[in-house]
Amino acid sequence: MPAMTMVQSLNAAIDEALAGNDKVVAFGEDVGYFGGVFGVTRGLQEKYGLDRVFDAPINEAAIVAMGMGMAVNGLRPIAEIQFADYIFPGFDQVVSELSRIRYRSAGQYTAPLVIRTPCGGGIYGGQTHSMSPEAFFTHIPGVKVAMPSNPYDAKGMLLAAVEDDDPVIFFEPKRLYNGPFDGDPHKPATSWARHPRGEVPEGAYTVPLGVGEIVRPGSEVTVVAYGTMVHVANYAAEKTGVDAEVIDLRTLVPWDVDMVTASVKKTGRCVVLHEAPRTSGFGAELAAQIQEDCFYSLEAPVLRVTGWDTPYPHAHEWSYFPGPDRVGRALKQVMEG
Amino acid sequence: MSDKKADAVEEPNTGQQKVEAEAVERRTSKSELLKYYEDMLLIRRFEEKAGQLYGMGLIAGFCHLYIGQEAVVVGMQGAIEEGDQVITGYRDHGHMLACGMDPKGVMAELTGRKDGYSKGKGGSMHMFSRDKQFFGGHGIVGAQVPIGAGLAFANRYKENDRVSLTYFGDGAANQGQVYEAFNMAELWALPVVFIIENNQYAMGTSVKRASSEVHLHKRGASFAIPGEEVDGMDVLAVRDAGRRAVYDARRGEGPTILEMKTYRYRGHSMSDPAKYRTREEVQGVREKSDPIEHAKRMLLAADWASEDELKELDKSVKAVCQEAAQFSQDSPEPDPEELYTDVLAEA
Ligand SMILES: Cc1ncc(C[n+]2csc(CCOP(=O)(O)OP(=O)(O)O)c2C)c(N)n1
Ligand SMILES: [Mg+2]
Repeated sequence: MPAMTMVQSLNAAIDEALAGNDKVVAFGEDVGYFGGVFGVTRGLQEKYGLDRVFDAPINEAAIVAMGMGMAVNGLRPIAEIQFADYIFPGFDQVVSELSRIRYRSAGQYTAPLVIRTPCGGGIYGGQTHSMSPEAFFTHIPGVKVAMPSNPYDAKGMLLAAVEDDDPVIFFEPKRLYNGPFDGDPHKPATSWARHPRGEVPEGAYTVPLGVGEIVRPGSEVTVVAYGTMVHVANYAAEKTGVDAEVIDLRTLVPWDVDMVTASVKKTGRCVVLHEAPRTSGFGAELAAQIQEDCFYSLEAPVLRVTGWDTPYPHAHEWSYFPGPDRVGRALKQVMEG
Repeated sequence: MSDKKADAVEEPNTGQQKVEAEAVERRTSKSELLKYYEDMLLIRRFEEKAGQLYGMGLIAGFCHLYIGQEAVVVGMQGAIEEGDQVITGYRDHGHMLACGMDPKGVMAELTGRKDGYSKGKGGSMHMFSRDKQFFGGHGIVGAQVPIGAGLAFANRYKENDRVSLTYFGDGAANQGQVYEAFNMAELWALPVVFIIENNQYAMGTSVKRASSEVHLHKRGASFAIPGEEVDGMDVLAVRDAGRRAVYDARRGEGPTILEMKTYRYRGHSMSDPAKYRTREEVQGVREKSDPIEHAKRMLLAADWASEDELKELDKSVKAVCQEAAQFSQDSPEPDPEELYTDVLAEA
């Protein structure tokens, strides 16, 4: 199996989707001629032509809404929003139209649109290029929300998203595009080639949405994470020596409640992680559901380690980022509690 | 014999020179042109320095250089009065310097330090100065356009005679909210000038690949907003068009759209290798229409400065940028506690 970066595996997924179904089109800002600012769609316009892989003007509202129109009318569009921070001009269309078309039409129409968008910090992007806005979307009934943490999942989940009959907001942690990142910015960058999940099979395969994965079995505390924070969680567990069971949620809506609650019932302790701000973050939903389902198994309160309740600062990026030290402290705290 | 030959060669030249000198004198004055030249040079040298600091790893993240477009902001600055307002997108260093903001504070924001205009919290794309009536620095493409119209609404409401200059790019010109702002600005005759800096690319996408109507000054037609195409590489042409538009805005005639035909020499941001255009294309513009070289030729033609004097000026401008660079490294990082301030008013 070839080793791939996440950029390459996403490219391979879009390539497979385009090859396998002539209803699939891919578009967005700088997606066609330029091949995407991170290179995810590189080479695809040459291969599939201008009709299927094309540039959009800087029009997030219309990118989302035209994508919906295409999807409702039989296509399987893969739209790119260049950075997740730019999605908000299209947010109204996601909330008011895209998410409700199935419900509103009593199932006559569905919108199998995939919106891919890079998210998260770690590249000194400051407040308009670092956001993790997943919780805005998990709050909308009628869209699925996914965020892979490695090249293997990225390809399989993206193909599953394209096959899915409902809209999927597909977040791609940009800090993971070219290598796993454990939250320590001072270590030399590592490559996906040396990570087991950097091995990506050729051809089409899917990783089902809604199914999490235990990426590190353990007995003392359950850590629920997704995206970049999965790698931070593994590193923090290793550094502290706490026998943590790390769950990569992979999909946030619908999330794998059974996997998480079974684990928490086993360990009796839980820490949830995300890079986004704390207040009303997805961690709040996780913690609430976990205490409802696992209250009598819990030995300690469910803790959250998250970004701060501020915009992403330009200076001190690594104070904002919930890195391995902060996660490690929470692991120790929950063990004492 | 040899004397005679020299005369014969020189005479038409002197004549030509005289014509050129007169042409320049008709358009501007010595002090004005020298100031424009210096202001443009400051932006160019500042940006070159910022590029260097970026290369040395002292500036991180995004950094969008303004090199090539200097005549636009400097010419427009020559069209407004003290107290008028400016708002723009993320390619904002030139606008700030043209507004008279301190190069030290701008550079220190680029390096994310305490003495930066946003105390290190904003970075290259997000800087402000109440003192200079500069309203940012906005990283979200097009977002500043309705905000600029809103500034104008407040000015009209307060009857303070102030005009707001609202800058955006050719790519931003496609954002839907731009047109919502156009309609309201004309409907309410707001004192705003919309300046489209058409540098022909939005990141890797050229205007013709993204715009059905590539003459962007026509984009106001269906809102009854007059538009004008301007040679954005000629600081005096910019100033003249700017003065007309500002005059109209100030006396209640509503907005004008000025499409500045310009060009950025560098990549979209520091991380852009600019593979979507050829080296020759960039080189061609630099050689034919560089705004600073153009101003220099005018200064020399009018005999308002000598080559040596301009070299001296360049030295002093470089010294200012060097000082800013030093300052931006000496200034400490903000206290981590600073990151939690200014989210809301402190209780
Ligand atoms: C809403 C939004 N969409 C996309 C982007 C990404 N982006 C940043 S600059 C840019 C190109 C803008 O080009 P233009 O308006 O021509 O300005 P220029 O960079 O040429 O000065 C794009 C697509 C963004 N910052 N915000
Ligand atoms: Mg442009």
